[in-house]
Amino acid sequence: MLRVEVSKQLGEFSLAAAFTSEGRVTGLFGASGAGKTSLINMIAGLLRPDRGVIAVDGETLDDTAADVHVPPHRRRVGYVFQDARLFPHLDVRQNLDYGRRMNRLPDDSAQRARVTDLLDIGNLLDRRPGILSGGERQRVALGRALLSKPRLLLLDEPLGSLDEGRKVEILPYLVRLRDEANVPMVYVSHDAAEMRQVATQIVMLRNGRVTALGGVKVLTGG
Amino acid sequence: MSSISPAEWTAILLSLRVAVIATLVATPFGVALAWLLARRNFWGKSVLDALVHLPLVLPPVVTGYLLLLTLGRRGLVGGWLADYLGIVFAFRWTGAALACGVMAFPLLVRPIRLSIEAIDRRLEQAASTLGAPPWQVFATVTLPLALPGILAGMVLGFAKAIGEFGATITFVSNIPGETQTISSAIYSLIQTPDGDAAAMRLVIVSIVIAMGALIASEWFARRATKRLHGG
Repeated sequence: MLRVEVSKQLGEFSLAAAFTSEGRVTGLFGASGAGKTSLINMIAGLLRPDRGVIAVDGETLDDTAADVHVPPHRRRVGYVFQDARLFPHLDVRQNLDYGRRMNRLPDDSAQRARVTDLLDIGNLLDRRPGILSGGERQRVALGRALLSKPRLLLLDEPLGSLDEGRKVEILPYLVRLRDEANVPMVYVSHDAAEMRQVATQIVMLRNGRVTALGGVKVLTGG
Repeated sequence: MSSISPAEWTAILLSLRVAVIATLVATPFGVALAWLLARRNFWGKSVLDALVHLPLVLPPVVTGYLLLLTLGRRGLVGGWLADYLGIVFAFRWTGAALACGVMAFPLLVRPIRLSIEAIDRRLEQAASTLGAPPWQVFATVTLPLALPGILAGMVLGFAKAIGEFGATITFVSNIPGETQTISSAIYSLIQTPDGDAAAMRLVIVSIVIAMGALIASEWFARRATKRLHGG
């Protein structure tokens, strides 16, 4: 379960959002500038709220009243960025292995095989990120985040930097991830069609405020 | 032109030793300082920045004299080091290495700082979300991505160290076998009546070492760039 109740002033923009979610995929939906990325950065611990509480599965990650701020590396919250952010000096295999190494998790070849199969990236393992296509990069980024064994996976417009053809190529992987990976996700997008396919619960954001909460049908306002 | 004499070999090997030691010892400090200047804001940062660059703009003889005043046998720090730790820099080859390290430091720090500033910090954020604590982010992301700059800084620093003259001769003098580097040997030779041929041999050696350093740095830089961007 994810509980978010935060406020933050970012220059002229004020963000004040509260929601709880038990869904497998919580969709943060809104136009660009609605505060989606700021909110997800706060859940990741990359941005500190001015006031408020963030808790995952009952564990408090942020509580400004109690001066609690768990740093990003201790949150076990995975993050797939819009621009993949693969490490250019490491090959795909080393990128995938990075989270396991940093968390000192035992080598789990079965899990690695499962994730590389799920994302069809087994044939890319020896390549460097520099020569991958946009879609391949994003799949590797998904695998890298999953293999760090997060308890929550954040996805910030993971299809945002891809053209239409590529989006159609990646979307099925996201759906498979939702159904098979068993990790709750927060999915950020401004695309209603994409949301309908991936999300199970919607948090609608506008100008830094939550305007609607509920199932995917809130997307159509019905 | 006859071959290199034992005395010239001594100067050449001493120069190499002084420059290598100066570069290797200065590099960790250079990386730490470059990181500090690139990434942190603190009180007195511009003063520290100016201080690092001072040896680049001061007359070398001034830097050498300041070293002698502070680290000489009767200097404030030098006296203490000699009395309590038995470390002496003045008129020793270690002093030559220290003088060369100080003179090379600004040239070492600059490319490292630039390469750290050029690193996409979002990669470091990604590393932290994958569970890397700050020192691991530095060791596994920042440092390898800064490697071309670190190598460039080391080559520049080495080149400066091996050619250093003014500060070295002021601080540790020109003692054959102890502090006489290629530069100070050439200086002595061109002041002696029959030294021209020997001086010329050392000049050629200097050129060969400098060319070698440049070619090596080119090669390292190309390899590092390929590692970052290619297959």
